[in-house]
Amino acid sequence: MKLSHIIGIIVIAIAIGIVATATGDASTYVTFGKAMSLAKDGDADLVHVVGKVKKGADGKAEGILYQPQIDPNHFEFTLVDNENKVQRCVYNSPKPQDFDRSEQIVVIGAMQGDHFQAQKILLKCPSKYQDGKLDVTEHEAKTAKL
Amino acid sequence: MDFTVGNLGHLFVILSFVTAMVATFAYLKTTLATQPADEAHWKGLARSAFYVHGATIVGVVASLFFIIYNHRFEYQYAWSHSSRALPVHFMISCFWEGQEGSFLLWLFWNAVLGAILTRTAGSRWEGPLMTVFASVQVFLASMILGVAVGDLKIGSSPFMLLKEAMPDAPVFTMDPNFIPADGKGLNPLLQNYWMVIHPPTLFLGFALTLVPFAYCIAGLWQNKPIDWVRAAQPWMLVGAVVLGVGIMMGGYWAYETLNFGGYWNWDPVENAVFVPWLIMIAAIHMMLIAKRSSAGVKAAIILTVAQFLLILYSTFLARSGILGNASVHSFTDLGLSGQLLVYLLAFLVLAVGLMAAKWHLIVSDEKELSTYNKETWLLIGALVLCLAGFQIIFTTSFPVFNKIAEVFGKTANIAPPGDQVAHYNKFQIWFFSLIALLTGVGQYMWWRKIGKGNMDGLTAPAVLTLLASAAFIYFGDVKNPIFMVLLTTSMFALMANGAILLGIAQGNYRVSGGAVTHMGVALMLLGILFSSGYSKVVSINNSGLMISKNAEFTKDDNKGNKENVLLWLNQAERMGDYQMTYRGQRIEVRDMPGYQPRKAVTVIEGDYHGIAEQDLAYNGKVYHQKGDTVALYPENTYYEVEYRDQKGKVFSLYPRAQVNDRMGLLASPDIKRKAGRDLYTFVSSVPDPNAESRWEKTEKYSVAIRDTFFLNDYVAILDDVKKVDEVPGMTMKPNDIAVQASVRVLYKDHVVTLRPAFVVRDKAFASPPDISDEIGVRIQLAMIDPKTGLFTFNVNRTQRDYIVMKASEKPLINLLWIGTLVLVVGFTMSSVRRYRESGRMTEKDEVDLAKDRVVAAPKRKVPTYKNPAKTV
Repeated sequence: MKLSHIIGIIVIAIAIGIVATATGDASTYVTFGKAMSLAKDGDADLVHVVGKVKKGADGKAEGILYQPQIDPNHFEFTLVDNENKVQRCVYNSPKPQDFDRSEQIVVIGAMQGDHFQAQKILLKCPSKYQDGKLDVTEHEAKTAKL
Repeated sequence: MDFTVGNLGHLFVILSFVTAMVATFAYLKTTLATQPADEAHWKGLARSAFYVHGATIVGVVASLFFIIYNHRFEYQYAWSHSSRALPVHFMISCFWEGQEGSFLLWLFWNAVLGAILTRTAGSRWEGPLMTVFASVQVFLASMILGVAVGDLKIGSSPFMLLKEAMPDAPVFTMDPNFIPADGKGLNPLLQNYWMVIHPPTLFLGFALTLVPFAYCIAGLWQNKPIDWVRAAQPWMLVGAVVLGVGIMMGGYWAYETLNFGGYWNWDPVENAVFVPWLIMIAAIHMMLIAKRSSAGVKAAIILTVAQFLLILYSTFLARSGILGNASVHSFTDLGLSGQLLVYLLAFLVLAVGLMAAKWHLIVSDEKELSTYNKETWLLIGALVLCLAGFQIIFTTSFPVFNKIAEVFGKTANIAPPGDQVAHYNKFQIWFFSLIALLTGVGQYMWWRKIGKGNMDGLTAPAVLTLLASAAFIYFGDVKNPIFMVLLTTSMFALMANGAILLGIAQGNYRVSGGAVTHMGVALMLLGILFSSGYSKVVSINNSGLMISKNAEFTKDDNKGNKENVLLWLNQAERMGDYQMTYRGQRIEVRDMPGYQPRKAVTVIEGDYHGIAEQDLAYNGKVYHQKGDTVALYPENTYYEVEYRDQKGKVFSLYPRAQVNDRMGLLASPDIKRKAGRDLYTFVSSVPDPNAESRWEKTEKYSVAIRDTFFLNDYVAILDDVKKVDEVPGMTMKPNDIAVQASVRVLYKDHVVTLRPAFVVRDKAFASPPDISDEIGVRIQLAMIDPKTGLFTFNVNRTQRDYIVMKASEKPLINLLWIGTLVLVVGFTMSSVRRYRESGRMTEKDEVDLAKDRVVAAPKRKVPTYKNPAKTV
């Protein structure tokens, strides 16, 4: 076999490996119900859930708990997903500062027992200036590690 | 209202579009001309059109700057991106906060480069080269054209009036002549000196990718599939260094300004620019072997085309709004995504079609690749770079795949990997280890130092590498086997290229560009490995308090969720090698160094000025007297964190939180730079600095001198009450009588003294309070009863001031920055060398061409191209 053919085969093999791994690593957008059934099946993959902060009759956010005096690394909140399922979420990092202003929230994580353990939170805040446009900010629970 | 400047600006935009079209057409005619007289005629016209085009671009820039500089808020661009408080040097940044301005920047650089090329490209290349250039300008100018043809909107003009931009806003129905008093201001994250130079550098990099692309298209068009390489090579090198520096500036800005704790976040927009850079590097290496190998020519052509198309693709990703959820810094869609897609597809089809038509001109080699020739090794290196780029761009394109599925009526809900860092690193570490290894081996192959049966040349660097890596692994406590691989290969790249530099180049700077560049890459890899792989969190909460016994808290050795700590004002905490104390909120005064206590200045509501409440001094020098009006950055609050290291050395860091209407609260780190490591600190949560303090219900205490009582759970002693002549915050009149109490509070490890006063003026009295953020109380001396000798204090409690912060150490991060500089030096050396070579060839070319014209008939014949390597 010629050297060029060997190189070609290796390159194609790696490219296939890349595509396969990317497909395997890809997360999905799901609802809390689906996240729960995934966790029950022992699937610990991280999923994306889109939701809104639960609001009471007076329009105020409900179920937000952050007490830095007790634990600065524990933030609890309640989200309502697109199927109106209410879910308690826990995020082991300080509360993102613009959390209260956010219209829509994407949590990335997995169900753990009775709560959704978020690794990362994406907040979409209403932009004061561009009507109907949302700004996105990103928060991650852990340090970026190589 | 006077709309002259806006109309003028828009006229310039339209002119720039028209002149670009004229230049494209005229250059096309120049290229197709068969008679020298025709050619000269068209070329003259084409050049003039292109120069006028350049002038109109400058006109557009000047008009837009005039609008921003003069605070013409009736224009949407000035209103959206600037404000009265904005310092002039940041007005430049307004240009690239908006999409229109950044297209303008791109146009500007292309015009500059095009103008240079009309002078340097030589008569053989100018026609076809500039046809491509001018046609790109047509597309770019159309992006800011702002003309509507029926329902079709072409481009978005930066000279739109606010009322045109938002015709439905109620304010304009009430008053059509309404002009806002102030603009919305520049995104505070962009108010940073790196953001003044990062975008222009990046866009110059974008513009530079066009030069080799245009040469490549010109080469194929003129049936010279190899000759273009020599002319394009120096430009490709310059492009790689400028784009690379642009990317690194962005990383450095992120490191200094954003709080994710690093310089690279695998954000789609970052990735989309990094991939073309990788492809550029691969293309540069293929250009080196283009003359000797047909595989090299083919790869050089494909990669040169790809790097330009990928830049267009990255523009499409960033600006079409397609990334939406996935990226922090994608622009919102201006309705231009269709136009961008047309742009991208047009050049894709054109380039691929031309390649297909001319592919037969490249004659295949007779000789097969062998492990012992350098072409093979360079080819492998380029392939690894391409694979690395492919892995990044594939995952980055997930949102595009969703969109494509949508177009075909299917729903795909693929989301980016939950752990992006792990996803990218699991391939990239190996690719870059391989690249590091290949830089060493490749250089030896290039200089023919090793060959069949002769690997001696590599022995010395290999032995040195093993020794140095072993030392690092042992002393640096490197345990992760993958890190060991990257460490060893990077070390090898450093040693092998160092040996080449000393041995072969022997200080001859002309030929050592490659070795120097590779050493830069090796240093960068080492810097990335240590600063990211061994970043150590300093602020581990080790107060000993068990927060919860739940498994989620105790797993991972109790460390997982303790990376942020809470610091109460003036209360020291011991963490790692440091004792940290939060010393209070600070504010920055514009015309003096250092920081002032927040309370030393009262900010004027809705303005960026404030009144000094005390003399403002720095290092003993008084800059402003009490009562002066001073300019501030009122949206920035700095939190002084005092560090005391084990040797007793004390220093302070000032991480920042910024309150911004548009983005909420933004935290930026402060960094203590040391030779071996950086100490990186940011606040992750603070009590809202804008919220009014909420005082709880008043509690009354009536006490005698020397009595003890409790203030917010701390023991307090009324030491004495004395007559005073001055009370802070009040102007005393001659007949006023004032007394001041001295209340000593035993607060944790130190004593805080509060001094509320009691002032009698013309039978009325006042009780100016004293406030301690430390203890969280406000105390007033409300009543003095001379009969009982009791003093009554009104006390209100509030939340004590605190910050939640995170600190980490980044070892050897300076290697990354040093490596970047070395890389720049290496690339520059190579560019200079290749430019000289190419210059000599252009001169020779001109002479040949002139001879041709005199001797032979002017008609050009199409030669069947023969690879010069084989004729030699």
